[in-house]
Amino acid sequence: MSETVLETRNLSRHFEGLAAVDGVSLSCRMREVHAVIGPNGAGKSTLVNLLSGDLRPSAGRVFLRGEEVTGFAPPRISHLGVGRSYQKTNVFLPFTVFENCRLAAQSRLGSSMRFFRPARRYRAVSEAAMRAIEQAGLHRQADKPVDTLSHGEQRQVEIAMALATEPSLLLLDEPLAGMGAEESLQIVELLKTLADDHAILLVEHDMDAVFALAGTLTVMVNGAVLESGEPEAVRASRAVQLAYLGDEHHE
Amino acid sequence: MSHRYQQIALLVAIALLLVFPLLGDRFYVQFVTRMLIMVVFASSLNLLVGYTGLVSLGHAAFFGIAGYIVALYSPEAHAAGFWSSLALSVGGAALLACLIGLLVLRTSGIFFIMATLAFAEMLFYLFHDTSIAGGSDGIYINERPILTIGGWVPIDLSNFVHFYYLVLAFAAAVILLLRVILQSPFGKVIVGIRVNEHRMRSIGFDTFRYKLVCFVIAGALAGLAGYLSAVQFGVVNPEMLGWHQSGSVLMMVILGGMGTLAGPVIGAFSLMMLEELFQSMTKHWQLLTGVVIVLVALYLPRGLAGLLPARPAGNGELPSAGSSASRSASSNTASTGGAPAGVQDRV
Ligand SMILES: Nc1ncnc2c1ncn2[C@@H]1O[C@H](COP(=O)(O)OP(=O)(O)OP(=O)(O)O)[C@@H](O)[C@H]1O
Ligand SMILES: [Mg+2]
Repeated sequence: MSETVLETRNLSRHFEGLAAVDGVSLSCRMREVHAVIGPNGAGKSTLVNLLSGDLRPSAGRVFLRGEEVTGFAPPRISHLGVGRSYQKTNVFLPFTVFENCRLAAQSRLGSSMRFFRPARRYRAVSEAAMRAIEQAGLHRQADKPVDTLSHGEQRQVEIAMALATEPSLLLLDEPLAGMGAEESLQIVELLKTLADDHAILLVEHDMDAVFALAGTLTVMVNGAVLESGEPEAVRASRAVQLAYLGDEHHE
Repeated sequence: MSHRYQQIALLVAIALLLVFPLLGDRFYVQFVTRMLIMVVFASSLNLLVGYTGLVSLGHAAFFGIAGYIVALYSPEAHAAGFWSSLALSVGGAALLACLIGLLVLRTSGIFFIMATLAFAEMLFYLFHDTSIAGGSDGIYINERPILTIGGWVPIDLSNFVHFYYLVLAFAAAVILLLRVILQSPFGKVIVGIRVNEHRMRSIGFDTFRYKLVCFVIAGALAGLAGYLSAVQFGVVNPEMLGWHQSGSVLMMVILGGMGTLAGPVIGAFSLMMLEELFQSMTKHWQLLTGVVIVLVALYLPRGLAGLLPARPAGNGELPSAGSSASRSASSNTASTGGAPAGVQDRV
């Protein structure tokens, strides 16, 4: 069995009385896609924010490769090999696709307290950025400012930026939301490839993608884990069908 | 090719500045010297406001403290050394920026503006209400510092033409330094912070450290301007670190155009020339200055520099100013004109 990269124990986050994430324990191994699904407001994004350091947990603990990282700030989590994408596109809109990814790759220089040599002359950084751009299928858009791209392409930039930091754990919050069918297929293929040498926590509403990719499936409802395990077993679960998947079957 | 015209315009401007003291009389040479000092001061503030997105209303604190340091350091009867007094003034301003930065950079937005203002005002009252340095009257620098290189005095600071060239050299050096810094990894980080600090943190940048270093660089350069200003006038008073001074330099940056290297140069020159002109016309000159600022704010969101044709990408200029309105307005020019580094970055 491969190494456990991410583990949470009883992770919770309250917003004034509302338990957005409520006692979630899960783990994600190397070479595994762990999909998290659930209805709107189930707490999936909040969970990702707790893992990336964007939010601090109210209770519970987070471990990366066995080391406790509970409450670490985002830059520190990022340098421990965690890359994330956002559900709501969160990039540098006036910059080109290349500059978005170059900045992300530049963070791997260790320190950017470098004042004299032009940034464009750091070849390894530019190469890492181009690799990420090609992986995300954006090479034709590399020199375009992100705010001139289509919505679907901007979603690809989200993923490219996460890849440019060369993480070992990817936290992807609805990467396919807003993408066209063709782009979606392309990204699903990319995630399959990435799963060969990454641990991936995937929040996604697209069930076809989830069942094509997930090795483990967790269903969240009202902040808590309703069911977790093998995708087929979870799909078969009575509780899940009633609480969540059921909606789709009766459409 | 507008780029060509701009290069020519730049060369003409440099040539004019170089020959100007040979033609102009003392009053005008000293006036242009003052404008060049303000170019250094405004450029240092632009690094914060225009590039990093940190709107400081207390930048005169660093300008003023450097002036006070050289005044207090200068002996009564004879001249201080130029290099030692300069190093102390600039170093003192940098140290103060580090201390203030450690506190104010923990806030953001309107609280940051208030905090910078509050610290500068504290400093103002420290010098105004105590007798450390002459209270509200300020103190004089009886003898200007003396610049020696191994016993030789290449530049006489009390000669207004010599001093003009010294200030011109410093102004050019500061602009070149900023240009280099803005192309560097550090420069890319601070501009990233202005555009989206949240994402900068999530891709791994501890933005506080970069903002602090940026604040210190800006403080040190403001200190350089304050030093030159104190030496030019031979007197330092609390007005030098008051909120009027902070506001005036901020207006130069906004008037000229935030987030461009040319902006503060254009802003400093035009605001000071306008003030001079209006002062000669009416007692209510501040009213006229105010009208001009309002008009520019309304109709030229990218400042006077926005009137210049956009230059090709990769030259260190940004496509847009600090405000979000101007950012979206100029974003469509980015692909043709001043796109942020990208195309050239892949060579
Ligand atoms: N910053 C916040 N302050 C207050 N409440 C919040 C905050 N963020 C999220 N919530 C609430 O927490 C709950 C979970 O939100 P979250 O965004 O995590 O859901 P989600 O599962 O990602 O939903 P979706 O599928 O719509 O993206 C919601 O009720 C939401 O309103
Ligand atoms: Mg969500």
